[in-house]
Amino acid sequence: MNRYPLWKYLLILAVVLVGLVYTLPNFYGESPAVQVSPLRASIKADDALLANVGEVLKTNGINSELAALDGNSVKVRFGDTDSQLKAKDVLHAKLGEDYVVALNLLPRSPQWLTSLHALPMYLGLDLRGGVHFLLQVDMKAAMDKALEGAASDIRGDLREQNIAYAGITREGAALQIRFRDAAARTKGEAELKQRFNDYALSSKDEGGEFLLRAVLKPEAERRIQDSAVQQNLLTLRNRVNELGVTEPVIQQQGVDRVVVQLAGVQDTARAKDILGRTATLEVRMVDEEHQAVEGVAPPFGTEMFRERNGGFLLVKKQVILTGERISDAQPGFDNRTNEAAVHINLDGVGARKFKDATRENVGKRMAIILFEKGKGEIVTAPVIREEIGGGRVQISGQMDTVEAQDTSLLLRAGALAAPMEIVEERTVGPSLGKENITRGFDSTKVGFIMVSIFMIAYYLMFGTISVLALGANLLLLVALLSMMQATLTLPGMAGIALTLGMAIDANVLINERIRDELRNGVSPQAAIHAGYDRAFGTILDSNVTTLIAGIALFMFGSGPIKGFAVVLCLGILTSMFSAILISRALVNLIYGRKARLASVSIG
Amino acid sequence: MDFFKIKRDIPFMSYGRYTTSISLVTFLIAIFFLATKGLNFGVDFTGGTVIEVHYAQPADVAQVREHLAANGMPDALVQNFGSSQDVLIQIPLKQNVAGAKLSEHVMETLLQHDAKVEKRRVEFVGPQVGNDLVENGALALLLVSFGIVGYLWVRFEWKFGLAAIIANLHDVVIILGFFAFFQWEFSLSVLAAVLAVLGYSVNESVVVFDRIRENFRNMRKAEVTEIIDNAITRTMSRTIITHGSTQMMVGAMLFLGGETLHYFAMALTIGIMFSIYSSVLVASPLLILLGVSREDFIKPVKEDAEEVLP
Repeated sequence: MNRYPLWKYLLILAVVLVGLVYTLPNFYGESPAVQVSPLRASIKADDALLANVGEVLKTNGINSELAALDGNSVKVRFGDTDSQLKAKDVLHAKLGEDYVVALNLLPRSPQWLTSLHALPMYLGLDLRGGVHFLLQVDMKAAMDKALEGAASDIRGDLREQNIAYAGITREGAALQIRFRDAAARTKGEAELKQRFNDYALSSKDEGGEFLLRAVLKPEAERRIQDSAVQQNLLTLRNRVNELGVTEPVIQQQGVDRVVVQLAGVQDTARAKDILGRTATLEVRMVDEEHQAVEGVAPPFGTEMFRERNGGFLLVKKQVILTGERISDAQPGFDNRTNEAAVHINLDGVGARKFKDATRENVGKRMAIILFEKGKGEIVTAPVIREEIGGGRVQISGQMDTVEAQDTSLLLRAGALAAPMEIVEERTVGPSLGKENITRGFDSTKVGFIMVSIFMIAYYLMFGTISVLALGANLLLLVALLSMMQATLTLPGMAGIALTLGMAIDANVLINERIRDELRNGVSPQAAIHAGYDRAFGTILDSNVTTLIAGIALFMFGSGPIKGFAVVLCLGILTSMFSAILISRALVNLIYGRKARLASVSIG
Repeated sequence: MDFFKIKRDIPFMSYGRYTTSISLVTFLIAIFFLATKGLNFGVDFTGGTVIEVHYAQPADVAQVREHLAANGMPDALVQNFGSSQDVLIQIPLKQNVAGAKLSEHVMETLLQHDAKVEKRRVEFVGPQVGNDLVENGALALLLVSFGIVGYLWVRFEWKFGLAAIIANLHDVVIILGFFAFFQWEFSLSVLAAVLAVLGYSVNESVVVFDRIRENFRNMRKAEVTEIIDNAITRTMSRTIITHGSTQMMVGAMLFLGGETLHYFAMALTIGIMFSIYSSVLVASPLLILLGVSREDFIKPVKEDAEEVLP
């Protein structure tokens, strides 16, 4: 009656073993490490970099434990913090131009565990120290900018087409164009309909004036907002690289918010400065009379910049345009050659300046330079084929579609889409983080020991079995969290303690049922069977209600609460498995063999 | 070992009138304090800045307050936090000050007077975020309530779902009442604890309800009150032991978990205490009040209707 087939035992054993393997990495701790990752998207971390890093360390006599390529970076592990810091300085001196060299911590778990993808849980900021920012993108400013840009474009367009208009005013989220007569309006409407299809046009007569209202279409509005967030995300990513933070988290949250999490950062003032800064973009003419030679001072009136492909160019100091004049940049294709291209829209002032500059410099090259961190880099340096008016510029040639996408993003990033404001900050110092770990760990440990003592004293053998099942529950929960690479926070640790406290409920239910049956004079074997059988429905019901609470917390909770909710939900699942299956397997193993059982040890 | 050697069922339901009155009174007191004192919402909900700093020597709170007031922060709330060396500074949200920069300003001020101040923790929450959190918290509470009622409806009967959720929302209100009375800080983690309690204490009702259902099937001759009394008496041992075990874990957090977990554990403790009471002595009388009967579970066997065939 109380026997499991062999496969069931083996299955349970396998699950517990897997749990053990994946829990193991959490016990090895972490070693100091240095992470080298490329500063720009155009550079890739590869075996050459790995060899280079090894070489640099060797010539400086620094012993490293392990160096490996991981994703788009090279990570080197050290035995102590001294050599870690020394290595960071040396590597920064050698590779600092093109790579971010940052301090990191790497798990010390042995190779065979790592190759099984058994990694320790990721510690949240409240446990390792660091800073969490929530930034809000100012959507109103993004829309304002788009509307102002459109107004000046419309002005330029109407003037160019010689359509007489009396003025353009902004009314909330709409533009109002006044015409002198109906004929001009009809002509204007036709023209604008063709060139500004992001706007819905409607005409209206009011007080003897012929008005044309242009309202941004909802899908265009969404696109502008979306691209504003995307653009700011990209800019943030570039900037965070400068901070030398390993594995920063930069994510969109909701429609208009961005989360930035920087582990180990203590200088929050600098972090805020860098996040709040704007990158700038400049258009200048290339100096083609002189040759750019690396290491030689550039001639008077020119500056030397690095190109994206690694070469150098001399560029005149005079600035034709700055990035603020770019209202939009989108990847696309050249109409004639079907080559990948980037389409840039300039605002009214920019369009005029650009027209003048191109008229005077046909056949020459101009350079678009992105300045960040006070350092300029030439994004692209195309040849001017003809005079370009109307503020619509196309850059093409020697670009594939991916590059076109990157370039357009960079161009947009140069002109920050909308300002951002920090709406939430949570900083945890490293000492508090360590304390939090100890506190969370201690309370779980003490609680577990107290519950164990009580259960064993109260239910004897069945109590011991319950405690073993509870231990297996803890093991499986930690293994599951490690497998998912979930972030462990202090509320998450509280969740682990709480689920353990709640999980014992299932075993108490079972044990009490068995006692109940025994009291009613049922034979021990039958009592065990009935106890597990009858308790199952109750256990299921009571766990589902807690699961409902957990899911609601997960859906509506933010940050730390989400961590708590994840642990709660997973803990319910593992506790069902361990309280029902594992404890039953143990009971069967101990009592199931004896056909005639005189008594069971249940207190 | 067995704490509960009860030979005869305890007539809980005959005390029903008293127990429901007691809980009604507690409930009204909790409402009273919630209405008059209100909850002391933490920075998560109100917005503002909280800074925790650590001094090498016992800190002079009055002096810290003075320094801050002299530097344009007269409304800073300064108090000891946990130990005499730890100081918590709370600054409410102001309309015209860039909130995110405030913590830097505070640290600069403190460092001027004592170079050894260590920044332990900064929390800044802008007004937009605070409102969102309140909204999401309310939504989560609603979702949990409806989810539980719905589940119990499907598994048992609507009367059970309703009785359970009333009993457990009464627990939630009492927890909130405690927080209002003592003016403990109501933070996001306390909200999480409250919702966890809601899910957890429903367990309690579910266990009793399961027995009641079983008894309806097995004790064919018994009265409804006898059935409920028997169900409660027989699950009592399990109730006390389970809650005791959970409370051991929560107690460990309460005393060892530090300030961050303290109020979280406190909310759980109150919730666990009252959920024992409410699920046994509130939910079950409510069931009788709602008129639960054997027919809710054992559908009378439908006899085939006689048919008149042409």
